[in-house]
Amino acid sequence: MDFANYDPAGANRSREIISAKIVIAGGFGVGKTTLVGAISEIQPLTTEALMTAAGVGIDDPSKVPGKETTTVAMDFGRITMAEDLILYLFGTPGQTRFWFMWDEIIRGAVGAAVLVDTRRITDAFAPLDYFENRNLPYVVALNRFDDAPQYELEEVREALAISPDVPLVMCDARRRDSVKQVLVTVVEHAMLRLQAEHGFAAPVG
Amino acid sequence: MEPRRDPRGALVRPYAVTRGRTEPLQNIALEAVLSCTPTQSAEARFAGHDKYRIASVCEGRAQSLAEIAAYTRMPLGVTRVLVADMVAEGLLTLHTAAPATGFAARMNLLGRVLSGLREL
Repeated sequence: MDFANYDPAGANRSREIISAKIVIAGGFGVGKTTLVGAISEIQPLTTEALMTAAGVGIDDPSKVPGKETTTVAMDFGRITMAEDLILYLFGTPGQTRFWFMWDEIIRGAVGAAVLVDTRRITDAFAPLDYFENRNLPYVVALNRFDDAPQYELEEVREALAISPDVPLVMCDARRRDSVKQVLVTVVEHAMLRLQAEHGFAAPVG
Repeated sequence: MEPRRDPRGALVRPYAVTRGRTEPLQNIALEAVLSCTPTQSAEARFAGHDKYRIASVCEGRAQSLAEIAAYTRMPLGVTRVLVADMVAEGLLTLHTAAPATGFAARMNLLGRVLSGLREL
């Protein structure tokens, strides 16, 4: 290219900025956006993708006459950790019929947290199966709702058939320090998994 | 003037700004960060309204593809096509997303994210 060496003030030579992402999954209304908002430095943002013709048969077109596309919204937040390091938190769309969007969200992710509401525990099955299948490191976080029945962590582990090596923590998605602890657990678990894959630790069992 | 409801639905209309192209020049990750210098932003003035909006969003503060889509209120797929064009045209600088391979590189990134979280 003719102007390959023309680079006023280093216009195209800026310092590399690395970004990482953690995925927040769980059923509709489980508190994913609340969790993101509790720790994000920006108000959670929403980006929309259009569901094209491939998904039309799945959506219920009778509800919106004449509408052949649906928008899939996902919420996300941002934590700028250093000038050259940004962590993004992506919430998955609540409805599991938007799997195609999940593939895009988890690609390259550090790991995931599956939020669980003890009043609707079965909502967690789909994301748990999904991350298990995709081999993405994940942790399970019980979001404490004031009016929800309180269970022991081990009861929940049994009910959800979560394997012993998957971390299970209690959290309050409204509280920053609690959310921070969930994210720390995700990253620590991802590091352990990565080390185990490279033979740094003997697998349990 | 209110746009008339198209009986064929809204399938293609959002892609009018990309002249109908739906495939980006490169598949930029949701979290991949883009930045724009004042020089690049000034050049983007001549690249059309939508590209100039994108440049303005990234000037002074690096933004991910997802943030650009959210701030410009454009659908993700449309934004990705325009952003990939702008990278090819030298109007935006694309930074790397998390390294997907290499044990040492991945461990290093995880370690940095972990200490970043603990310092919050």
